[in-house]
Amino acid sequence: MSHHRLEARDLSFSYPDGHEAIKNISFCIHHGESVGIIGANGAGKSTLLMLLTGLLFPGSGEVLVGDVRVTKKTLPMIRQRLGMVFQDPDDQLFMTTVYDDVAFGPRNYGLDEKEVGERVMKALDMVGIPHLKDRAPYKLSGGEKRAASIATVLSMQPDILIMDEPTAGLDPKSRRKVIELLKSFEHTKIIASHDLDMVLETCKRVMVIRDGQVAADGEALKLLTDAKLLDSCGLELPLSVQGCPVCSNHIG
Amino acid sequence: MLKSTQDIHRIDINNRETQGAALQPCPKNLNRDLILLMASAGDSFYNILHLDELARMDTSIHRVHPLAKLLVTVAFLVAVSSFGRYDISGLLTFFFYPVTIFVLSEIPAASILKRLLLISPLIVGMGILNPLFERQTFILGGVVLSTGWITFLSILIKGALTVTAALLLVATTGMDRLARALRMLGVPRIFVLQLLLTYRYISVLTEEVARMQRAYALRAPGQRGVHTRAWGSFAGQLILRSFDRAQRVWQAMRARGFTGDYNIGEDTRFKFRDFAYLSGWIFFFAVARIFDVPGFIGSIMTWLAKH
Ligand SMILES: Nc1ncnc2c1ncn2[C@@H]1O[C@H](COP(=O)(O)OP(=O)(O)OP(=O)(O)O)[C@@H](O)[C@H]1O
Ligand SMILES: [Mg+2]
Repeated sequence: MSHHRLEARDLSFSYPDGHEAIKNISFCIHHGESVGIIGANGAGKSTLLMLLTGLLFPGSGEVLVGDVRVTKKTLPMIRQRLGMVFQDPDDQLFMTTVYDDVAFGPRNYGLDEKEVGERVMKALDMVGIPHLKDRAPYKLSGGEKRAASIATVLSMQPDILIMDEPTAGLDPKSRRKVIELLKSFEHTKIIASHDLDMVLETCKRVMVIRDGQVAADGEALKLLTDAKLLDSCGLELPLSVQGCPVCSNHIG
Repeated sequence: MLKSTQDIHRIDINNRETQGAALQPCPKNLNRDLILLMASAGDSFYNILHLDELARMDTSIHRVHPLAKLLVTVAFLVAVSSFGRYDISGLLTFFFYPVTIFVLSEIPAASILKRLLLISPLIVGMGILNPLFERQTFILGGVVLSTGWITFLSILIKGALTVTAALLLVATTGMDRLARALRMLGVPRIFVLQLLLTYRYISVLTEEVARMQRAYALRAPGQRGVHTRAWGSFAGQLILRSFDRAQRVWQAMRARGFTGDYNIGEDTRFKFRDFAYLSGWIFFFAVARIFDVPGFIGSIMTWLAKH
């Protein structure tokens, strides 16, 4: 299905203060792919995701969703198809109840309240927090907030799911839940993270970003076991690969 | 050093379980207590801001159409503020409105009164100079007083009434529905959006204050408040940080298709009940404004007593 394709062509972006955060990035992500975007702090991951979702516009180059170019005009349609989960759930949850927060997106698209309700409950079920629907988002725990912020995006039924650090700040159990959740999605997924073990589990393809450029793009298993590459990008081998000499020999 | 030891002592004595440890300064305890202190400060911020959480209750008042409630509140404000500066007895009738709303909406009075107290310095500040400046006098129980005291009292009453009415409107309606009502009245979208975002960003701002204060307090034990030397950078940081966060919240809203008009997803038809609510109160305010009801009752009483 070509309309689920996401393509970046020669993207460059500088922040207003002159800092060049993205330099000439190109790639193409196809329907159903799961792509991890990894890189050190400040490599430009969050900036790249914002460019993809049209929250920032590139200085040069373009982003295509399907065959549609991301511009101010096409944004409303594009945003319905790209669901973005922000790095900090506190930025994403701003209504007075979890229910209203999850309903925010669908209501903005003018769905009738019955369908909104169905979508909300479905999204809450998927992330396993239907019991929290009447709670105030700012009173939830970190993991619950994360689940809620994922639900706010799922309720829009996007074709492509984009997440910034979905496992940051979670305890092992909550992290595990989020990983299982991500694995269960059949959407096209783009996940930016330092949690390389999570990326290894949830993504088949990996893009390594270094100083705003793509340092490597390829099969997850191959790149995530390349100690030299990861080291040069300010990263380390995933623990699951480090821990067992037999396995790393076997793979390497 | 001594000062901080005393501080620890004081904090711990307040906290019964740790009284044994109070005799020696223990940084771990200090930190924990500070965290508790700061956390409670943060909590009260939340509670003040999240007044519209009360709007989720479901009572007869909550169910009234937001537009009807908005118009009634506006009528109330107009009626109350149109009273002359020496007219106190006429104002008293208007207490009937907030009291009725309190009772019917089951809003805990404390939640509104606390916020009223918070604003009260402002109201007192507006009226406090009147007793000094007004030259006319009157006699009460043999004491000569400036008429400024009457003006002062009337400002206090008006202030309390109007602020309470506004708070009750938010508490029984909620910001989002209020915004809808304003839109229905034809207020331009840009102003309504401004109002909504301001409201949202106030909480962003205070959250940042709470966070920074916490970070500051943990690194400046035994110090009350923020030292004047740090005020400049504190304020600067605060503005930059809240600006950043406000921007991220705005991005998150836009990413989910927000364009300025928010659909609450509720039945928005104006029912007979809403119309009755609206016209009932407006009739009451008109009567209370035109006739001096307490004075009238008073004169009936004296007439009855005489005859
Ligand atoms: N608003 C901004 N103004 C100026 N420069 C910025 C701004 N936001 C980010 N940057 C810079 O752009 C670069 C890329 O930032 P970005 O947030 O994309 O990194 P990241 O890869 O997401 O890092 P992290 O892993 O820490 O989240 C950084 O060097 C950062 O300092
Ligand atoms: Mg980031």
